[in-house]
Amino acid sequence: MHELSLAYEINDIIDQYVKAEQKKFIKSVRVRIGKLQSILPDSLIFCFEAINSSGNSIGPKLEIEPVPITVECNKCRSVNEIEGFAFSCINCGGTDIKVITGNELSVIEIELFEEENKEA
Amino acid sequence: MSLFTIERKVLGKNDAIAANIREGLKDKNIFSFNILSSPGSGKTSLVEKTIEYLKDRIKIAVIEGDVQTDLDAQRINMLEVPVTQIVTNGGCHLEAGLVRDALNNLNLNGIQLLIIENVGNLVCPAGYDLGEDTKVVVLSTTEGDDKPLKYPAMFRNASVLIINKIDLLPYVNCSVEQIKINALSVNPQLRIFETSCITGAGIGDWCKWIESNIKSK
Repeated sequence: MHELSLAYEINDIIDQYVKAEQKKFIKSVRVRIGKLQSILPDSLIFCFEAINSSGNSIGPKLEIEPVPITVECNKCRSVNEIEGFAFSCINCGGTDIKVITGNELSVIEIELFEEENKEA
Repeated sequence: MSLFTIERKVLGKNDAIAANIREGLKDKNIFSFNILSSPGSGKTSLVEKTIEYLKDRIKIAVIEGDVQTDLDAQRINMLEVPVTQIVTNGGCHLEAGLVRDALNNLNLNGIQLLIIENVGNLVCPAGYDLGEDTKVVVLSTTEGDDKPLKYPAMFRNASVLIINKIDLLPYVNCSVEQIKINALSVNPQLRIFETSCITGAGIGDWCKWIESNIKSK
């Protein structure tokens, strides 16, 4: 259940922006997650909401931008998205490949709003 | 309304601590590996056999990770090498901050090899850099040959696979060749060893690999 640890890490990053902006509230947060991270989006959203909600108030929304695994073949130079986790080139079958995308795990967008607009 | 478009790694804090650990170990010429597997695959037994094989020639220190107990550290302590236990109290993986704190409890003077035994879990620890030189994943024959396909991130992030409990092959429905095919499909660069902590098979080859890494550190 490392999604809970990740939710706390995301909160730490958000807090830096909330403090810097002063008296702002979080509307939404967008994270980019590569398939190689083996993170369950639903679990991460659940954990994030659980640690950010208090009483009846609805906390910020966590949006997830999934990133597929793409690889470049060092033999034939083709770049392809791979299904599953079979790390071979779908063009020539070569196994000398470089991962181009799929390892991402970043907060990419934070939307804040003013205190007086919180109930709006 | 304020919209910030940023690019902040979620595990940036962990990775920064891990980078510090890595730098510190490099300065001391210490080779380190993070050993990972599901619970019960024989990680601690492998660590014990590794220590027994190497301790006359190599100075070793161990960090043990466990969800609840210090039983593993007690076992390693019997072998008279410096050991410290991290109890995560339910946490499913080690993080770099925990390893940094554990290193403060270890005397690393003269140490050539640091073994970090992670919490038994094939999912969560895969993404956490602890500052080690490499990740070693252990898969025992009793777990079945499909595990590399079920837990690809772990097998992808490791550089070494140890197939353990090969002495049990006659009694279990598991093919070592199929483990290799599955593991190499996920990570074609994996270095693979086959071991038994009961018969001692393969321990020498595995330890020679460690020694060659210590020499080239």
